[in-house]
Amino acid sequence: MLDDFFVRALIAGVGVAVVAGPLGCFIVWRRLAYFGDTLSHSALLGVALALLFDTNITVAVFGVSAAVALSLMLLQRSATLSSDSLLGLLAHSSLALGLVVLAFMSWVRVDLMGFLFGDILAVSNTDIAMIYAGGLIVIVTLVLIWRSLFAATVNLDLAAAEGLNPTRANIIFMLLMALVIAIAMKIVGVLLITALLIIPAATARRFARGPEQMAILAAVIGATAVIVGLFGSLEWDTPSGPSIVVAALALFLLSLLSVIGLLTRRPAPQWDKRS
Amino acid sequence: MLNQTQPLVTLQNAGLNRGGRWLVRGIDLSVRRGEVVTLIGPNGAGKSTTAKIALGLETPDEGSARRTTGLKIGYVPQQLSIDWTLPLTVRRFMSLTERVSNTDIREALDDVGIAHLADAEIRYLSGGEFQRALLARAITRRPDLLVLDEPVQGVDFGGEIALYDLISEIRSTLGCGILMISHDLHVVMAGTDSVVCLNGHICCQGHPHTVAKSPEYRELFGGRAATALAVYEHAHDHTHLPDGSVRHADGSLTEHCHPEDGHHHEHDEEHPALPDENTHA
Repeated sequence: MLDDFFVRALIAGVGVAVVAGPLGCFIVWRRLAYFGDTLSHSALLGVALALLFDTNITVAVFGVSAAVALSLMLLQRSATLSSDSLLGLLAHSSLALGLVVLAFMSWVRVDLMGFLFGDILAVSNTDIAMIYAGGLIVIVTLVLIWRSLFAATVNLDLAAAEGLNPTRANIIFMLLMALVIAIAMKIVGVLLITALLIIPAATARRFARGPEQMAILAAVIGATAVIVGLFGSLEWDTPSGPSIVVAALALFLLSLLSVIGLLTRRPAPQWDKRS
Repeated sequence: MLNQTQPLVTLQNAGLNRGGRWLVRGIDLSVRRGEVVTLIGPNGAGKSTTAKIALGLETPDEGSARRTTGLKIGYVPQQLSIDWTLPLTVRRFMSLTERVSNTDIREALDDVGIAHLADAEIRYLSGGEFQRALLARAITRRPDLLVLDEPVQGVDFGGEIALYDLISEIRSTLGCGILMISHDLHVVMAGTDSVVCLNGHICCQGHPHTVAKSPEYRELFGGRAATALAVYEHAHDHTHLPDGSVRHADGSLTEHCHPEDGHHHEHDEEHPALPDENTHA
């Protein structure tokens, strides 16, 4: 028999994974893994601010992540520091700032571990509604800007010259990232969100023949990782967020094995030989 | 429909300043329908910069760049690297910026001679094959203006001639204007309506004959380059297609070029006569 809270966790987790997969593909393609980390670390500052001003946590996290994302875009344009230094600076200072602000508020009792590593077993029906509403917004928007965003990923100048609006697509993409982080925080926590974005996409890369296929595969693989991870955590009484990430890692390692198997069994396609 | 005689793009005294240095300055040029304008010049002369101003990717700090409204552009950038994390076949790459029908894709790939690579992954293409894919992608959009930044880099010599022939063919079939950057002086000089010779500013421009004779051009490229035009003008009467067959001036195709079939003229066996001055541009 499955308990109510466990079914809610499954529904919420699958919802987040399905949204994180396609977005994660762009993070892999654009080499933005560290950028994703920075945004998710800054989410803790959002939590602190939400508690301080007694507002909705998801909304506050989205606001802070979006602000950090947009200011990063601006800072990179007038770069006096290399991007990776800039990201490191913002990621850890916002995380530290969040922790310090939380410590100051002695009147609120905060389950810090819940924010850092997620607390998927405590999701409420409201959380699920938030996840599915937010997720729907992300997916629909992503489908709408897909061609521009993908063309801009291949080559910004080319996309701009041929009449797409890559800068607008990039800004919308940043906002979508902030939104996903806000809704995923409850599931895996700020420290592990990037894993949920990247690992399923990296696994999908080994099988995909096209970008759209890779996005769908990443969603399926992410959902599988959530299901396997949650049942694993129930079975062995391990923390749920980290268990999901471990399950995603296991799928990635399995994909490595199967690729090695494919290579030894089947001759490489014709065009492989010429490279 | 766009006006036939009105220029598709016009640069007037355009200049771009970066970090206090003028990358280019005082650029006047225009491209009309059915016209091939080629930018030549040494490294760092501002050829790509000028193309970017024409495309609207850079806004000139001085002067103006005007494009007709609703102008549809096809662009082959000088540098484009596909990250290995991107699963991308040639077919999907063809509809990168807009949806293109399968028939159009097949046709365009056939034109550039890589129809057999439609389902190959982009990252496994050789430099020359990739360049052909880039060109095919740009023409399959049926653009009003085609901007080609060194479209044949990495293509072997025989293929180069075939691609340049294709480019001038596109000009007449699509009726588009072409702004091209090229290093191959001998080919450029023959297949172009107007040459703009750049060196931070326009050092000379006009009909290829005029430019080749101008002292500025000789000074920039050296006296030997001036013969590039003469070398080319010994007029090839046929071209070697990528699959090894031969297309003759009358449009007919044969397996080989036989000296006795009346299609032939003096040159070495395999390749269209290599100009003895392979230009040092």
